[in-house]
Amino acid sequence: MSIRHSGRRLRAATLWSPPACLHHSAQTSKVTVDWPRSCRAVASTPTAEKVLFPGALNSEFTDSLEFLRPGANKAIPTYRVLNQYGEVLDKEIGVDTSDEEALALYRNMVCLSIMDLLMFEAQRQGRLSFYMVSAGEEGISIGSASALSPTDVVFCQYRESGVYLQRGFTLADFMNQLFANTQDCGLGRNMPVHYGSSALHIHTISSTLATQLPHTAGAAYALKLQNLHNPATPPRVAVCYFGEGAASEGDFHAALNIAATRQVPALFICRNNGYAISTPTSDQYRGDGIASRGAGYGIATLRVDGNDIFAVRRATKEARRLALADGGKPVLIEMMAYRVGHHSTSDDSFAYRQRVEVEDWKRRDNPITRLRKWLEGRDLWDEDKEKELRGRTRKEVLAAFERAEKLKKPSIRNAFVDVYEELTQEQRMHVEELRDLLRRYPKEYDMDQYEGGVGALDELLAEGQQAKNIPT
Amino acid sequence: MNTRTTATRTLSRYLLRPQISVLPQSQHQSRAKRYSSAVAGARLNGSVEYDTTPILHHTSRSTLSNPELPQDVRKGRTKRINLYTAVNEALRHALQTDERVLVFGEDIQFGGVFRCTMNLAADFGTERVFNTPLSEQGLVGFAIGAASEGMRPVAEIQFADYVFPAFDQLVNEAAKYRYRSGSTGYNCGGLVIRMPMGVVGHGALYHSQSPEALFTHIPGLRVIIPRSPVQAKGLLLSAIRSNDPVLFMEPKVLYRAAVEQVPVDAYHLPLDKAEILKTGKDITIISYGTPLYTCSAAIAAAEKDFGCSVELIDLRTIYPWDRETILESVNKTGRAIVVHESMTNAGVGAEVAATIQEKVFLRLEAPVKRVAGWATHTGLVYEKLIVPDVTRVYDAIKQTIDY
Repeated sequence: MSIRHSGRRLRAATLWSPPACLHHSAQTSKVTVDWPRSCRAVASTPTAEKVLFPGALNSEFTDSLEFLRPGANKAIPTYRVLNQYGEVLDKEIGVDTSDEEALALYRNMVCLSIMDLLMFEAQRQGRLSFYMVSAGEEGISIGSASALSPTDVVFCQYRESGVYLQRGFTLADFMNQLFANTQDCGLGRNMPVHYGSSALHIHTISSTLATQLPHTAGAAYALKLQNLHNPATPPRVAVCYFGEGAASEGDFHAALNIAATRQVPALFICRNNGYAISTPTSDQYRGDGIASRGAGYGIATLRVDGNDIFAVRRATKEARRLALADGGKPVLIEMMAYRVGHHSTSDDSFAYRQRVEVEDWKRRDNPITRLRKWLEGRDLWDEDKEKELRGRTRKEVLAAFERAEKLKKPSIRNAFVDVYEELTQEQRMHVEELRDLLRRYPKEYDMDQYEGGVGALDELLAEGQQAKNIPT
Repeated sequence: MNTRTTATRTLSRYLLRPQISVLPQSQHQSRAKRYSSAVAGARLNGSVEYDTTPILHHTSRSTLSNPELPQDVRKGRTKRINLYTAVNEALRHALQTDERVLVFGEDIQFGGVFRCTMNLAADFGTERVFNTPLSEQGLVGFAIGAASEGMRPVAEIQFADYVFPAFDQLVNEAAKYRYRSGSTGYNCGGLVIRMPMGVVGHGALYHSQSPEALFTHIPGLRVIIPRSPVQAKGLLLSAIRSNDPVLFMEPKVLYRAAVEQVPVDAYHLPLDKAEILKTGKDITIISYGTPLYTCSAAIAAAEKDFGCSVELIDLRTIYPWDRETILESVNKTGRAIVVHESMTNAGVGAEVAATIQEKVFLRLEAPVKRVAGWATHTGLVYEKLIVPDVTRVYDAIKQTIDY
């Protein structure tokens, strides 16, 4: 970044190494640019056919002036296994998912859609402060999560409840977070839908868009090094979910570029659902979606039909294999979908799109109905089973909902702890001030809704005092 | 043609001639500091001498008498090194003792533009010490991700002036990671972001800034600024060991200028303690980083001229900061001045002064004075006039005592 210092002498010239680091020097780079072992060796001879500028080594001279025009190329194709009638297109490979697995995926998709429907209503009744549905994108989250190893590290944006569900987040876990009650593992600090679970290796969601993308690159690098230190552990990838709108953030560019230069085992999964709140993709980008950008970073890329859960699964499985091959490299998958629901409970999407457009999409194609058609075609599913599943799931969701709603809010100690590893002196002062205020104005605050009431602050201060008295 | 060549030769000879400093007392300053060298005959400005300043430990005995150092280190040896070497030694020790430590940033691999990472890539391999693409938000985000999966990344922002593209990652992600993750236990506590900061004589707008106050307004981040090689080594090692994300800002003008005896062994200094550099009874000066040298020179002149006794405190940890030490001192002296390079408004001085006013109001005998940068940018040729110098601190002592 410095102008002044960039011209300083470079003494340690031997330190340059190719970007494929980590002693996998034997591997041949699959990216188009074939980087040499040492950038110092680059030199163009007067008769060279190739340019040999260090910035683009494989470029050949041309004497025709032709701009590369993106519109001239055909759009990147969308990979699918099933058509919208639930028929398998590639008869040879077919569907590599077992029947039981397919049924489990279907049940999870239905469960997610029912939970979404009920929670959306609950928010409309004022019983939740906020909610976001996954309608139309259940196949992407559930399908991809089912193709990962349970220990792969996941970073989500917010419309990936299916990833949590597929990995074992229970209805109670969802409801506790939504109600921010004593059982919420976010300790009542986050807005609804900002789930997290270390047991399932899914980092807690933050509202800031695309910030999780460079985290994924860093986490993937950590996993790569840890596997190198300890080769006995099974190799893992880091997986990142984000929308096509988030891909316009600078963090998208930063993350894919650093993931490529560091060659990290990361999967970047883009959910391209056509809208970022009200902004249609035509206002979001002018290239061929997100997938077309992958090659620019030197990243293997695929576009997939997100309404086809078998295509999603197969693509994710193969991407994971690619990401771990040859010491690791990032992979980008763009999963196409349509955001059937509103952006969130704070949004009325009919202000910017036609109701008929949404209805069309609901009728035309949907990951749940497409899988159902396939299941019915194989006599694995029928109307009775559907009715039974929907009725039972509905009851389960409502039961979890009612249990979670009754629980108290977490202790107010959680307002202060975890900012730093330990409470700071300043925080202790603030805790004391708040405690005294709550004692002096008891009628102004409803402290009974919090576990332990004001007393929790006394305990917090006493704990700190104890810790302080421990002789070091 | 021939004459032109001769003229070019003459010109280059002229330009290559060493610039001899007019003032012997300002020889510690780099020769490049033409824009801001001291005026001939100045008594106060230009008298900061790194070779003799009491801020630095010029003897091994003085270094090892520091009670903050552990016993075994105090029995050990020292060697005379500058600040960038101290940073390098701390990084080297961290890389040696903890395989989770990674060092990266822009131009790190060849040694860094300030030589702080010299020889680290060669000795520890490019998988642990490596260049990143030129993207601050990318490299800080990468560091947060690596820390969240158990690594201890020490990332470098080439200049503190360029930390702003990573502001979102630092404020919304690094600072809040542990808090928002609740009982899942995810955090990015192993994270340290190093960055050269402060004026350097000719850094102008984008090689001079001191953005520490922007980060002291963010719960969850620790902000540390060392004043000397001994401090840099001990504080950086503590920052790397700390389980909270730390912004470690290194005053770049001190990288080569500040040279002192530093323990050869590794040691840790506390991240929540200010340090009293000089005791006094009439007035307390609180500062950190480079201005401490300015303050020390001003104090020497003021004590001689006014017969007063000044206490000088290095804040060291800018946030969370050590209120106890500062309040205790002002409670004793009854007068306080806060000195820093960055702009006065909403600077660190505002917080320190307000806290002093709140807690030792009855003991104050003069308003708390803030000597800080004026409300402008650091224009190239105006630096000396914008950043607090010895004269301004000297005058502030005079005014506070005379109040």
